Amino acid sequence: MAPDHLDATFAALADPTRRAILARLASGEASVTELAEPFAMSQPAISKHLKVLERAGLISRGRDAQRRPCRLEARPLAEATGWLEGYRHLWEESFQRLDALLDEMKTQEKKRGRAQR
Amino acid sequence: MKNTGTLEVTAPTDREIVLTRVFDAPRRLVFDAFTKPELLKRWFGPRGWSLVVCEVDLRVGGTFRFVLRGPDGADMGMRGVYREIVPPERSVHMESFDDYPGESQVTTVLVEQGGKTTLTATVLYPAQEIRDAVIKSGMEHGAAESYDKLAEYLTTIA
Repeated sequence: MAPDHLDATFAALADPTRRAILARLASGEASVTELAEPFAMSQPAISKHLKVLERAGLISRGRDAQRRPCRLEARPLAEATGWLEGYRHLWEESFQRLDALLDEMKTQEKKRGRAQR
Repeated sequence: MKNTGTLEVTAPTDREIVLTRVFDAPRRLVFDAFTKPELLKRWFGPRGWSLVVCEVDLRVGGTFRFVLRGPDGADMGMRGVYREIVPPERSVHMESFDDYPGESQVTTVLVEQGGKTTLTATVLYPAQEIRDAVIKSGMEHGAAESYDKLAEYLTTIA
């Protein structure tokens, strides 16, 4: 996995409008006009966001010259999630031991509570 | 495993990593587990690594020093200084690793509700390259672990 590719993915995902566009495309392809509707934004502004998403490989555009529908591309998104997964796993191991320790601390506290009464 | 919450990891900006997890315990216990050496030694570190040095001077301006020893005997040291301590709800500290450049800022917030505690740890790295290197090392660890599991599985079917 090329890190520069991931940089583009994360940069593209850093913007709330672009995340909303991806969420919309998750339910099916849409044209620029359709995408611009729910956002109080001009079509050129939306087109700018689409270019960023396309460069990051997060969406693709149809060939139809008139409509050029946008489509979500799942792979880079999955890669970006996988990128964090190893780091997540590293901490999850520690936190599972912490769960067991906290259980033990709670039990000890209850015992002490009873002893004081 | 019992009482295991789900750890969420996000990268909201290009210099941050945010960890969120729920623990089934009041926050003063979670705060203790994060700040008392005898407790930290029981859980902190990846699988197979143990915390052989753990010194904590829990006050603003106070320092901490951890050394993790790996299964092959390699040591990984880290150190830092506390910037803010509000027991049992919040702490801010700076931390750095002996073998890696850069110092990161860690903000830990504990919110208690109905006897459960939500931990949010925000790690702010000095540069995107450093954050990416940290995540990459985790990715390699995750991959190594998957190979271990595959090896275990192969021995069971052999």
